[in-house]
Amino acid sequence: MLTTLTLNHFLVLGAILFCIGLYGTIAKRNAIAVLMGIEIMLNAVNVTLVGFSLFNQVPAYRGLLTGQIFAIFIITVAAAEAAVALAMVIAIYRRRKTVDVGEIDIMKF
Amino acid sequence: MDFATLLFWILAIVMVVAALAVVTMRNIVHSAMALFFMFALAAGVYVLARAEFIAIVQILIYGGAITVLILFALMLTRIGGQRRTNPTNRTWPVALLVCLLVGGSILYALLSSPLAVSQTLPASVPMDPLNNVARIGLLLYSPSQYSYVLPFEIASIVLLVAIVGAIVIGRED
Repeated sequence: MLTTLTLNHFLVLGAILFCIGLYGTIAKRNAIAVLMGIEIMLNAVNVTLVGFSLFNQVPAYRGLLTGQIFAIFIITVAAAEAAVALAMVIAIYRRRKTVDVGEIDIMKF
Repeated sequence: MDFATLLFWILAIVMVVAALAVVTMRNIVHSAMALFFMFALAAGVYVLARAEFIAIVQILIYGGAITVLILFALMLTRIGGQRRTNPTNRTWPVALLVCLLVGGSILYALLSSPLAVSQTLPASVPMDPLNNVARIGLLLYSPSQYSYVLPFEIASIVLLVAIVGAIVIGRED
């Protein structure tokens, strides 16, 4: 069962990485550590999509590489998201001298 | 066990350890270094899955750009005199419970649902006449055949808006 590469290898690796990223996103107090958790989650999704692309054996769709194209667009959006989010973190730090997500509560009432 | 599977296991185990280091390290700069390591290993997994273009893009964008961006943000938001720069919430057991539940449900769905794609590779995969990079180039740019030209152009607008937004948000006023 474990001697050749199967789709489940990629899917289980993606699931484990996704859970680790989710833990980092929920449990961390530094806003940049939360962003690192989000990046791990996006990478986990990319691993899953590339695995699906490898094991897609339908002749009509095999050449279209849909999973890899999806992964490229996810990487694009992740880069945009990281740039905007880090700019927000720096702007918040400049105004409030903290990046602790527990202390940034101006939108809480 | 063939060579590709052995390589996959090594990459996967080190990748999970690096990801755990990202969320457990006390010093956030060490977390960022572990994150870079995880991105590089993910590129190895993509090469094993015959996605060479994604592997190169992973190294360039994640390993190069996003890691450096994170390190710059860490440098600009230093809080002096603090030993533990990457603290965890008091409610971390709740977070652990939530992500174990999510992981359990993902694995349950995985094992109980019929997949639309085959589980194993056939003995002889027909070789694509073009290599991976050329195939993706055709799929992204080709105006005459089935391609993703319009989503590609929209992605460039998304990037432009993100650049302008990051400058406007991060500007000193």
